[in-house]
Amino acid sequence: MSNSNETNGMIGRSVKRVEDKRFITGRGRFTDDIILPYQTYASFVRSPFAHANILNVDISAAKDMPGVIAIYTGKDLADVNGVPCGWQVNFKNGDTMKEPKHPLLVADKVRHVGDAVAVVIAESREQAVDAADMVVVEYEELPCVINAAKAVQPGAPLVHDDAPNNICYDWALGNPVSEVDEAMSSSAHITTLEFVNQRLVPNAIEPRCYNSSYDQGTDKYTLYTSTQNPHLIRLLMCAFVLGIPEQKVRVVGPDVGGGFGSKIFHYTEEALLTWCTKKIGRPVKWTATRSESFHLDAHGRDHLTKAEMGFDNERKITALRVKTFANLGSYLSTFSTCVPTYLHGTLLQGLYTTPKIHIDVTAVFTHTTVVDAYRGAGRPEATYLLERLMDLAALEMNVDPAELRLKNFIPPFDGVNQPGYQTQVALQYDSGNYHGVLEKGLQILGYADVRKAQKEAAQNGKLLGVGFSTYIEACGIAPSAVVGSLGARAGLFEVGQVRVQPTGKVSVYTGSHSHGQGHETTFAQVVADKLGISMDDVEIHHGDTESVAFGMGTYGSRSIAVGGSAIVKSIEKIIEKGKKIAAHKLEANADDIEFASGKFTVKGTDKSVAFGDVALTAYVPHVYPKDLEPGLDFISFYDPANFTYPFGCHIAVVEIDKETGQVVLKRFIAVDDVGNIINPMIVDGQIHGGVVQGIGQALFEGAEYDDNGQLINGSYMDYCMPRAEDVPMIETATQVTPCPHNPLGVKGAGEAGCIGATPAVVNAVINALWSGGHKVKDILMPLTAERVWRAMTSDS
Amino acid sequence: MSMKINVTVNGREYSHVVEPRLLLVHYLRDVLRLTGTHIGCDTSSCGSCTILVNGKTTKSCTLLAVQADDCEVVTIEGLEKDGEIHALQEGFKEMHGLQCGFCTPGMIMTAKELLEHNPHPSEEQIRYALEGNFCRCTGYHNILKSVQYAAEKMKKEVVV
Repeated sequence: MSNSNETNGMIGRSVKRVEDKRFITGRGRFTDDIILPYQTYASFVRSPFAHANILNVDISAAKDMPGVIAIYTGKDLADVNGVPCGWQVNFKNGDTMKEPKHPLLVADKVRHVGDAVAVVIAESREQAVDAADMVVVEYEELPCVINAAKAVQPGAPLVHDDAPNNICYDWALGNPVSEVDEAMSSSAHITTLEFVNQRLVPNAIEPRCYNSSYDQGTDKYTLYTSTQNPHLIRLLMCAFVLGIPEQKVRVVGPDVGGGFGSKIFHYTEEALLTWCTKKIGRPVKWTATRSESFHLDAHGRDHLTKAEMGFDNERKITALRVKTFANLGSYLSTFSTCVPTYLHGTLLQGLYTTPKIHIDVTAVFTHTTVVDAYRGAGRPEATYLLERLMDLAALEMNVDPAELRLKNFIPPFDGVNQPGYQTQVALQYDSGNYHGVLEKGLQILGYADVRKAQKEAAQNGKLLGVGFSTYIEACGIAPSAVVGSLGARAGLFEVGQVRVQPTGKVSVYTGSHSHGQGHETTFAQVVADKLGISMDDVEIHHGDTESVAFGMGTYGSRSIAVGGSAIVKSIEKIIEKGKKIAAHKLEANADDIEFASGKFTVKGTDKSVAFGDVALTAYVPHVYPKDLEPGLDFISFYDPANFTYPFGCHIAVVEIDKETGQVVLKRFIAVDDVGNIINPMIVDGQIHGGVVQGIGQALFEGAEYDDNGQLINGSYMDYCMPRAEDVPMIETATQVTPCPHNPLGVKGAGEAGCIGATPAVVNAVINALWSGGHKVKDILMPLTAERVWRAMTSDS
Repeated sequence: MSMKINVTVNGREYSHVVEPRLLLVHYLRDVLRLTGTHIGCDTSSCGSCTILVNGKTTKSCTLLAVQADDCEVVTIEGLEKDGEIHALQEGFKEMHGLQCGFCTPGMIMTAKELLEHNPHPSEEQIRYALEGNFCRCTGYHNILKSVQYAAEKMKKEVVV
């Protein structure tokens, strides 16, 4: 037993971030900042059509352009595998999902605007672009389909010949349909909502960038990539696409300029550039233009859903029935298949005691950009569904939405003295106090006053609305055995290595990979706290397969819960070994040594030895225990026992301009319970950013395709991402219900804001409309002034 | 055809022969290797490439390098003076005004001009001034606080 609970109080402090120095002085190092010796540049020839046969590709003019080194087309890569999908979901009848090849370059048929037909490599970026313009591709345009519900209709154009009706899989979860139907039909009230959870573009501000090089002398590759998970990219690229021995490839993710999910996936360009670099014997670099980012980075959401929720006479939920069409786009992106299923269907218990739940999902190919995990990934869709139903049901039944929730919440449980909560949809919640976050939210809001103001506003002809969202998410993904049984083709543990140097300084190697989360600070706080040393003596290393033994990366709010826990496990091993070394030095029994505040002490005495002395002794083992290895360096692979389940209450207050339909967000309150908190400042920042992305979905954002499959708002000029003027200050607060199953008691905070915010805002708008007598059930997101105005003027 | 330009960047004079189509942002990043100025889009919308040209905030993706001939340019790398970071740089660190750090140099350069013209901006004025700069991480909340921190600090420096 170590005494690693004895700390120096670094956990829980808003320590300023150590990584900031390089970013505020312009010395961050992003992938595009890297130029290698003898660098070459790639540019792509991409399809302007959503669906077309490629009749001919003529590179004769292009290859004679100045600076051109090589041009490759789909035919050159006929024998190369496509990029794989990392999660297998089966049809209800047990058949394997349809998994068409996703080629690095397309040879025969393009399936979305932007599909790559050829790559041109040249001495400079400009020369590559010039030459790509000279490649002549002859297309035969074919009819396309972009809407998931239309794509499954008989006669719809097929995206892949081997996926009949464009169906990738159908899938269901929950209680038997007959039981849900029976509970539903005996309900006193049923609230029904048919809605679109619109397609979003993640829009990390750093465009994707790759720079791949090959060393003929050692037969080794180095790929610099803007990724959230370098080891995963190496594994997928080596083992599934290129067949290169994994030990011959180094993958480095330098500073990464935001990801929000979109940089998890193994993209075709990563593997293609790595294939090309060996062919030409020089490094090849490609940086996406923003236009390419819009057309190629995996999009998020895009669900068409019908949901019904039943209530009894006491307003208790009796049943939930859901049918969703999930648009997966033209190919299967790395984790696309698990998003509408295991990250969505499994969350439909929400915070409520709903006894019967059934969800049915049909996942569909269309001629659009691939869809995969975007901040929250499935959980925002589940939360939107439930929370919209709750507020709408409250309006329909004329009850208070907060009271309706309080009546239906799962009672508090800590996961230690009370067991976890077994849902109807496979998951077991770890710990929760759902009443607490709602009550805190109401208090911050000043609920009675706001309702009073709403009544007064209505009397004065103004529309004020309050919207609630009480969400739960499954984070800290994930127990490998659980996800393996559900179809994941990877483990989801994390690696943490703690290397104490002879001088007592500490190098930490983590498989988590920050793209803005501040790991170099948070993880250093944990290490400094547990070892009783200064944060200045701790260095966090991440993002390089050559220095970090292995890693699964950063997504699903998993870094502190899984990555942080792995580091803690290694610290415990360090302390345990340190006790043996200290005992020898102090001529005591190792069992009698305790470690606290950076000192090993013989219990009940003042005999002690400092952590630094023990470190030095481990590396200069002149006087040293027999049978103990020198050195002080431990690695741990931490596989969590369960997911973590952060939850919270988000409340939006809006005012609608009756003349124009313009929505003004007056207040936004976020009360989040993310378990124990290492750095409150960083958690707050995560919530702010997530909330504004959630507000973005509600009020501003949405990828729009026309009937020809053209993304008509594929630029920052057209896609409305929130700017500084569009959002208010966010009022944040926290509640702490520790996670009972990981050593830090943490749950994760990266996605909470984005999950909770969207339905709160939409509910507030609907509430405002009802306060003015407009009994509108739904408005298509984003809630633009025009749509709100039309909703107001068409209901009467 | 190539053209010769003379540009002063962060107080240092440079002379280069460049292609007329070379964007100023590419000149800074690829020729001078000042990579703190970032490229986030191709429509002059994101503001990641914001620098000061003759004291005015400029999106360096909207200017050709040859247009900067005989100009005075300041980039994020030029804000430190005698080893001391600028009040805005300090503000962004103190108030957690950055997460991934990609938009940060552009934000700081834009805010710099704001504070030079308006040392005591209101929240609304800061939001308006930053409307040409996207941040996808922070929700702008702490960026506002960072600029307010810098305004406060610069006010004290003036008094001293």
